[in-house]
Amino acid sequence: MQDLDTLEKDMVAAITGAADMQALEAARVAALGKKGQLTQLMRGLGQMDAEERQTVAPRLNQLKDALNDAVNERRTALNAAELEARLASEKIDVTLPVRPRPAGTIHPVSQVIDELTAVFADMGFEVAEGPDIEDDFHNFTALNIPPEHPARQMHDTFYFPEKDDGERLLLRTHTSPVQIRHMQAHKPPIRIIAPGRTYRCDSDQTHTPMFHQVEGLVIDKSTHMGHLKGCLEEFARSFFEIEDLRMRFRPSYFPFTEPSAELDIGCSYAGGELRIGEGDDWLEILGCGMVNPRVLDHVGIDPDTYQGFAFGMGIDRIAMLKYGIPDLRDMFDADMRWLRHYGFVPLDIPTLAGGLSR
Amino acid sequence: MKFTLSWLKRHLDTDAGLTEITDKLTALGLELEEVVDRSEALKAFTVAYVVEAKQHPNADRLRVCTVDTGDGEVQVVCGAPNARTGMKGVFAPSGTTIPGTGLKLKPTNIRGVDSNGMLCSEREMGMSDEHEGIIELSDDATVGKPFAAVAGLDDPVIDIAITPNRQDCLGVRGIARDLAAAGMGTLKPLDTSPVPGTFQSPIDVKLEFDADAANACPMFVGRYIRGVKNGPSPKWLQDYLRAIGLRPISILVDITNWMTHDLNRPFHVFDADSLSGDVRARLGRDGETFMALDGKEYEADDQLTVIADEDGMLGLGGIIGGESSGATETTVNCFLEAALFDPVRTAATGRRLGIESDARYRFERGVDPAFVRPSMDVATRLVLELCGGEASDVIVAGAEPDWAKTVELRPSRVHHLGGLDLPENDCTRILEDLGFRVEPSNGVLSVDVPPWRCDADGEADLVEEVIRVHGYDSIPSVPMTNPHPVTRTALTTSQRRVAAVKRALAAAGLSEAVTWSFMPRAQAGLFGGGEDSVILANPISSDLDAMRPSILPNLITAAGRNVDRGHDDVGLFEVGPQYVDDTAKGQTTVAAGVRRGGSGARHWARQQRDIDAFDAKSDALMALAAAGAPVDSLQVMGEAPSWYHPGRSGTLRLGPKNILAAFGEIHPGVLDALDVKGPMVGFEVHLDSIPLPKAKATRTRDKWDVSDLPAVSRDFAFLVDAEVSASTLERAARGADKGLITDVSVFDVYEGKGVEDGKKSVAIAVRLQPHEKTLTDADIEAVSSKVVANVVKATGGSLRG
Repeated sequence: MQDLDTLEKDMVAAITGAADMQALEAARVAALGKKGQLTQLMRGLGQMDAEERQTVAPRLNQLKDALNDAVNERRTALNAAELEARLASEKIDVTLPVRPRPAGTIHPVSQVIDELTAVFADMGFEVAEGPDIEDDFHNFTALNIPPEHPARQMHDTFYFPEKDDGERLLLRTHTSPVQIRHMQAHKPPIRIIAPGRTYRCDSDQTHTPMFHQVEGLVIDKSTHMGHLKGCLEEFARSFFEIEDLRMRFRPSYFPFTEPSAELDIGCSYAGGELRIGEGDDWLEILGCGMVNPRVLDHVGIDPDTYQGFAFGMGIDRIAMLKYGIPDLRDMFDADMRWLRHYGFVPLDIPTLAGGLSR
Repeated sequence: MKFTLSWLKRHLDTDAGLTEITDKLTALGLELEEVVDRSEALKAFTVAYVVEAKQHPNADRLRVCTVDTGDGEVQVVCGAPNARTGMKGVFAPSGTTIPGTGLKLKPTNIRGVDSNGMLCSEREMGMSDEHEGIIELSDDATVGKPFAAVAGLDDPVIDIAITPNRQDCLGVRGIARDLAAAGMGTLKPLDTSPVPGTFQSPIDVKLEFDADAANACPMFVGRYIRGVKNGPSPKWLQDYLRAIGLRPISILVDITNWMTHDLNRPFHVFDADSLSGDVRARLGRDGETFMALDGKEYEADDQLTVIADEDGMLGLGGIIGGESSGATETTVNCFLEAALFDPVRTAATGRRLGIESDARYRFERGVDPAFVRPSMDVATRLVLELCGGEASDVIVAGAEPDWAKTVELRPSRVHHLGGLDLPENDCTRILEDLGFRVEPSNGVLSVDVPPWRCDADGEADLVEEVIRVHGYDSIPSVPMTNPHPVTRTALTTSQRRVAAVKRALAAAGLSEAVTWSFMPRAQAGLFGGGEDSVILANPISSDLDAMRPSILPNLITAAGRNVDRGHDDVGLFEVGPQYVDDTAKGQTTVAAGVRRGGSGARHWARQQRDIDAFDAKSDALMALAAAGAPVDSLQVMGEAPSWYHPGRSGTLRLGPKNILAAFGEIHPGVLDALDVKGPMVGFEVHLDSIPLPKAKATRTRDKWDVSDLPAVSRDFAFLVDAEVSASTLERAARGADKGLITDVSVFDVYEGKGVEDGKKSVAIAVRLQPHEKTLTDADIEAVSSKVVANVVKATGGSLRG
């Protein structure tokens, strides 16, 4: 038994001292392999008498377990060391830049249309549309703009060539013809907004030949100036996301509304920078009024029964005001740098519950 | 419309301060543009007395002045030749910034003599270029008093915007009337009492119009005043005219300008001795010309109203007078004209000849028809007062047109339309203060409109007058409640598609642009456009004269501009209108995009590649999917429009005829014509051509049906003619067993070494998904054989060994 103790000591030393998997395997085979020392001893059990076997066999089995445990333990240790060494060799430079993901942008005009649609939808408005190429009736006559009105002259309106029958189509100068088309096609009650492209023959720092407007129209039996105020005040507070926005309605004039008004919001021009919601100055953001009874007459709605309000607002303008965009002309230049700077992340879809903007 | 505070107070008796008045103007719809208080910048400058001016001991040209500022005496060294003992001048103390030079005065020492402050010249005051000497004030100027007050510059100038319907406020008196109605004081009476004539005018007035043009000038009032002494106007008149930016000319001319701006009553004054025969108003004659007061010659035609004498045209009625017949400094006998001219004809004439004048501005908006005759007495009184002379009887040609209008106002409408609860008495009071006459009858107010309010002709107008004067601020805001407690969808399916496509394309890495709806006609031709019916008659410029037949050209040129700015990799899209013709259906909504350059910036971990047609195809499919098109059922075909590369483009169709999209490389010739560096790829998705889904009763998805049996994938490589399309091969493979084959994908296409010329090798992976039992080798073998057979049959190729 003395020999076994020595043997165990030697074999365990060989196993625990194995420097790598190969050495461990050699030590394991030397002890537990087919020709291993322990295996040889186990084989020798058959030649022993019963009494001797009863003493030696447990000792050998215990030795076998001990060696197996030692091998497993060493293997685990070597595996761990090997993994550690491999991982150490696999180090990367984490400061390298990541692979770019595609990142496009939504134009401010589209974003603002989505924003104002969310607000007006919450007040029961639907979105209506109409064509850019319009006729005289829808763009002017039906809106109570008489033939001699300056807006009808070449100065402001883009015209197409006169046709054989004398008709001359034009590019709509405002989104108001959508009011007319909608009233011709739908019976009251009506509650719509109509965002879209509009055109005027004008080009300078603050005017572009194409721009965007949103029209609003409410027709029913009881909507009055108080509702107009309530609706547009709520819109402005909600759109500009300024709860205590200062506002004032001023009397104004439009042929298609009576009474008419313009809405100003409070702002400051301190330091040459325009800031909405601060200061003592005023900035006009929209024109509005009660629909002129003559307009209702033109579309066959009885003005003695029905009334309501309409408004028109420059989309580019309110986009510029809200997001501090300095130059209108840049809106239409498709400069990638500008689009990335002022554009919106495509997943930022404005909702009232989730917030119109970040 | 400009006027000064004191001018306003000639008509308005008020204690209200400037700000109170200007705030009220805006609240009345007479929007304040600007108040210029010229005295503000001159606050530090006062009247001073030169107690003594003596020679500077060390400088020939300088004087040492002892100046009494009213606040003690100071010593000022002055270089002006006119600085002398006993004069009164304008003094600026040390610390003052001189407007003309922008310099701040400091106590100084000039050649050994202390100097504190300055005696100023007109140039130093920023008043004129006069710098010969210092300003000399009259002896009665009070020492110590602000200079601005002495110079008549302490009267703030108010500038307001007048909307087209408020022609009555193009005179100061009209503005005063509005303010008085709104509680800002009382309107002072205007003396229109007749000035009797003492002789018969030697000049008569005739209206020579045919019946169909009689409204061109329905009334013409004239008066001869003899023995006048013309010359510079008195200071008060000059000051007012200067304050509003007019140049004083002579008393007679200044009176006409005064009448225009004070009472909104344009006048003209002739030198009566320059007239030959009677004055007449008539339509012009073709080719007739005259030299106008603006120094330009104008030619008449038979559409415009002229004023003439026997010899010919003298002026354009309601617009501008002539040089030859106008009153001058030497005029002794004058002839005053006050007439009515048709607004429409006046506007048309002014526009055609490009003449902007104070008279035109007023006549085209409509002047008070009942004030023509009385105004002649107001003007006559001024002429007699300022120039002396003797007035003739008044000559009236034509007659005051019938202007009387009565409008009914139901007092309840003020609330029902205007949203304002106001007692009937208040409504009546406001209207009466504005000059309306109000007669209650049977619960309705019968309201006579005054002649100066030609804009008011309906009940809504009267409601506006009442709520405007009472104040829009006092209308209570009422919430606009949603008819549904929970918001309903505001967008139609088509509108939602547009929104979804924009977000999808942006998510795919393209930046949304908004470009003009127009483009150059020559370029439009390259994109199937340029039809006469969609060419603008009056474009803003020749390169924006055609409605765009496609969005692509604008995006292509925009990409070109980006390249020129050094931005080589461009990805742009736009969703918007394009125009085939001028009909309602000619405008369609299209999503278009372009890409140019590399697939991204060079990157350490990724191979860079050039953008190609498949990027455009991918974008198109992305847009189609976002728009809800049945992407899996689309056919990919050729025959893209001519602006695409014929060999590297295609169309996506729903059935053979309905083209939903085109994509591909842009034709190099087109890029050349647009002067843009390629290559570039693009796509166009016709959103209006995508069928709308059927209205569904529920939002239930298709049944969830998947097999738990293991799927098997098998790869095949075929050798086919180079012409054979991948889709043919794919379709044939798929057709081998539609129940079992769930996917066929091309994973390799190879031409070159090892493949004979004119052929290509196409490798596909076919995925088999059993539903009933696990596939055996024999099953798989059977399907594989069928795949090979189908492909060989469809393509004429062979399985690659």
